[in-house]
Amino acid sequence: MLELIDQFNVFDAFWTTIKLTLWSALFSLLLGTVVAIMRLSPVGFLRWLGGSYVTLIRNTPLTLIIVFCSIGLWGQFGIEPASRDSPTFIVDLNFRLAVIGLSVYHAAFVCEALRSGVNTIPVGQAEASRSLGLTFGQGLRHVILPQAFRGAITPLGNTLIALTKNTTVAVAIGVAEAAYALRNMIEFRPDVMLLNFLLIAIGFVILTLPTGLATSWLASRLAVKR
Amino acid sequence: MRSSTFKIAALAAATTLTLAACGGGGESTDSGSGGEEGGSEPLTIGVKIDQPGLGVQDGDSYSGMDVDVARAVAEQLGVSEDDITFQEAPTPQRENLLTTNQVDMIFATYSITDERKEQVQFAGPYFVAGQDLLVAADSDIAGPEDLDGQILCSVTGSTSATNVQEEVPGVQLQEYGRYSECVEQLANGTIDALTTDDTILAGYAAQDQYAGQLKVVGNTFSEENYGVGLNKDSDRCEEINEILQGLWDDGTMEQIISDNLGAADYTPNADLNPPEIGGHCG
Repeated sequence: MLELIDQFNVFDAFWTTIKLTLWSALFSLLLGTVVAIMRLSPVGFLRWLGGSYVTLIRNTPLTLIIVFCSIGLWGQFGIEPASRDSPTFIVDLNFRLAVIGLSVYHAAFVCEALRSGVNTIPVGQAEASRSLGLTFGQGLRHVILPQAFRGAITPLGNTLIALTKNTTVAVAIGVAEAAYALRNMIEFRPDVMLLNFLLIAIGFVILTLPTGLATSWLASRLAVKR
Repeated sequence: MRSSTFKIAALAAATTLTLAACGGGGESTDSGSGGEEGGSEPLTIGVKIDQPGLGVQDGDSYSGMDVDVARAVAEQLGVSEDDITFQEAPTPQRENLLTTNQVDMIFATYSITDERKEQVQFAGPYFVAGQDLLVAADSDIAGPEDLDGQILCSVTGSTSATNVQEEVPGVQLQEYGRYSECVEQLANGTIDALTTDDTILAGYAAQDQYAGQLKVVGNTFSEENYGVGLNKDSDRCEEINEILQGLWDDGTMEQIISDNLGAADYTPNADLNPPEIGGHCG
């Protein structure tokens, strides 16, 4: 087992998985919040735009989005979020393209998780904030969103766990993460097939189990007591 | 509320049962038809279904070099055309398909390696391919030594990519899940070269939509011995070796190669073909 870990850089691979997860979690949280605000806004067009985004992205297979980022964004449109002079051009490029794809995809789920958080807040609070003279933005910032995030911790945690495992799709454009290590292990060490799968599975359990526990703990600790 | 929860549970249970029934039913039909045919034994052959020139599925029909060799071998094993069932054998699943007897033999650009021989046995090799480069028709790249600083494409989990990276550390390696994605990026000029076995490259270069845009460099730098993958318990290995020898001796192999890969002006490496057949059984 140690020999396998050494031969296929399993630790490096999982480090890439962690980096993919964290960057994508950050960007999808930002983008997802923006989309959620659009869906809550009083402007009809923005509501429609946010709704369309969620419907379109949520129903598109992730593999398609990731491969599009490489072959479409890079290949067809020439968008290169990395420097050609760098000796690690391809590695950086693929990593960043994968982060773009993962963020765009999971933003749709973050948006819906946040909306579920908003639904935990009694309508009266939004009405009260308006009658106190707060604008839509102020009400959002001081009344709605802080409670929405606290109420949405469980679904956000689920999205984070899904995101952690979905990073494996990045192997489709050659990002050297856990699934990439697994493919190499399958190709070069078919004699220990079961161990290959087991090793990667254990790695993911180690990553996602604490996320789940932390989510439950945070959710009960930060829950808005009403 | 309670009744609807119950309905969902019942539905889930029913679905599971139906699926289980399907699985069992499928298998019993298979073995049943085998008994009724009488004449020849049914044969399930694993092939690639997405590799132009080597193994392609088009509706119900299969074509390509590997498929033609498989048919020729099956014919001499006394299996009639109707009793052959082709099945997809994706690269990472090939050993598994053989050890679990889901397929009887595999003709799928299956290189003979020591690691694989621990799990399965090989008849052949029936063909020796070599790693080569596919580049744009107007490219100056003539071999791996010209790849320093260039972007090279291959598929993940393939030996070819690792080989080049060891030889030319300055190369930038782009890996995709499928060769067709590499070829697309090569045709639109985003990447500089694609590497894998010359047979596979020739198959892509010969495709209609890329006619005249791509060329195989023709400077092979490795040896890939394509074998017929068999379960270790199979007793047909030596018999298949003799059949393969016969196919080379009577010119059938040359015909099959030129039929399938000739459009790309591809000629197999004459020093290594015909290959020395045998020695990988058991």
